[in-house]
Amino acid sequence: MSRKWIVLGTVAAVVLAFVAGVVVFTNRSNQEVKQAAQTHSDALVRPHSPVFGNPAAKVTIVEFFDPSCETCRAFYPIVKQMVNASFGQVRLVVRYAPLHHGSDTAVKILEAARQQGKYWEALERALAAQPQWAAHDRPQPQMIWDLIGDIGLDIAKARADADGPAVAQVLRQDIADMQALKVDRTPGFFVNGTPLREFGEAQLKALVEQELRKAGTP
Amino acid sequence: MSREQPVTPHGNGRSAAFWMPLFLAWLLALLATAGALFLGEVMGKTPCVLCWYQRIAMFPLVPVLGVGLFASDARSVRYAMPLAGLGWGIAAYHLLVFWGVVTEGLVPCGKGLSCADADVQVAGVVPIPLLSLAAFTGILVALWMARGRART
Repeated sequence: MSRKWIVLGTVAAVVLAFVAGVVVFTNRSNQEVKQAAQTHSDALVRPHSPVFGNPAAKVTIVEFFDPSCETCRAFYPIVKQMVNASFGQVRLVVRYAPLHHGSDTAVKILEAARQQGKYWEALERALAAQPQWAAHDRPQPQMIWDLIGDIGLDIAKARADADGPAVAQVLRQDIADMQALKVDRTPGFFVNGTPLREFGEAQLKALVEQELRKAGTP
Repeated sequence: MSREQPVTPHGNGRSAAFWMPLFLAWLLALLATAGALFLGEVMGKTPCVLCWYQRIAMFPLVPVLGVGLFASDARSVRYAMPLAGLGWGIAAYHLLVFWGVVTEGLVPCGKGLSCADADVQVAGVVPIPLLSLAAFTGILVALWMARGRART
C-alpha cells in the first residue's frame, strides 16, 4: 500500500516542481523582454517603417510581422479595425520578423510595392492568398508578383527595387531590432513600448485601452 | 538462454526486491519526460526529428513502469526494455550527429530544426542528446538490475 503512495507522491512532487519551474521561467523571461524593450526603446520605431493610421497618434502599436505567419494574417483585420475605430488615437507601425523560409522574399516584394505607394493593397492581396504561397515546407513567395499584378504597379521597377539596397537595408535593420528586442514569435506586439506578454486578441485590446487611458483620452 | 527462469509473476510483491530499481528507472523516465516537456513547451525549444523519436521511446516508459510499480509487477521490465533500448540507440546516434561524427546529410531533418543545431543545449553547456543518453543508460541499468533481482 505504502509503495503506491510513494509513486503518487513522486508524481505530485514532479508536477509541482514543473509548475514552479514554469512560474519562475515565465517571470524571468517576461522581465528580460521588458528590460530589452526599455534599453532598446529606440529600436521599436524606425523612420523607414510603414505606418497605418494617424502618424501623430498617442498610442503606437508596433507589430513585428511575418507575411508567412498564419497568426499575423488572423490579426491583420483585428489590428486594422482597432486603428480605424480609434479616431486617430492609435496607429500601427509594421516591423518585419521574417522567421519563416521565404518570408524575406515576401517582405522585399511588399517593400517594393511600398515605394510606389501600393503597400497596403499589396499586403492585403498577399495575406488573402497566404495559404497558397506560404506553405512552410514549400514556400513560393514569388507567387505574390502574380497576385499584385493588377494593383497598378510598375512591375519592372518593383522587381528591381525588391532586390535594391534600400529594401535590403530595411530588412537588415528590422531583423537586428527584432533580435535586440528578443522577439522570437510573430506577431510580436509592443504598445507604447510595453511588450504584450500574454498573447491574445483580448490582451492586446486591454493593453491598448490601458495606454489610451494613460494618454488621457476618453 | 533457454534455461532462463520466467520473471516473477505479478502479485502483491511479498519479496519484491526488484521494486527499488524499478522505481529508480521509472523516476528517471518521469524526470526526463518532465524535462523534455519543460524544454519544449515552456522554454520554447522546438524538438527536432530525432528528439521526437527519443520522446516516443521515453514518454511511454512512465505509464508502463508506473503500472508495474503499482501492481509490483516485474513483467513490466520486459515491456520497458525494448523502449529504453530503442531510445538509447537514437540518443547515441543523435549525439554523434551533434558532435559532427555523423554528418547531417544522413539525418532526416529536411524540415524543421536541424538536429545538429547548437540550440540543443541546456544552459549553453550540456547537449540535450547527452542528457537523453544518460537518462536512457540509467533506465537500462536500473531495469537490468530489477530483472536480476526479480529472478532470484
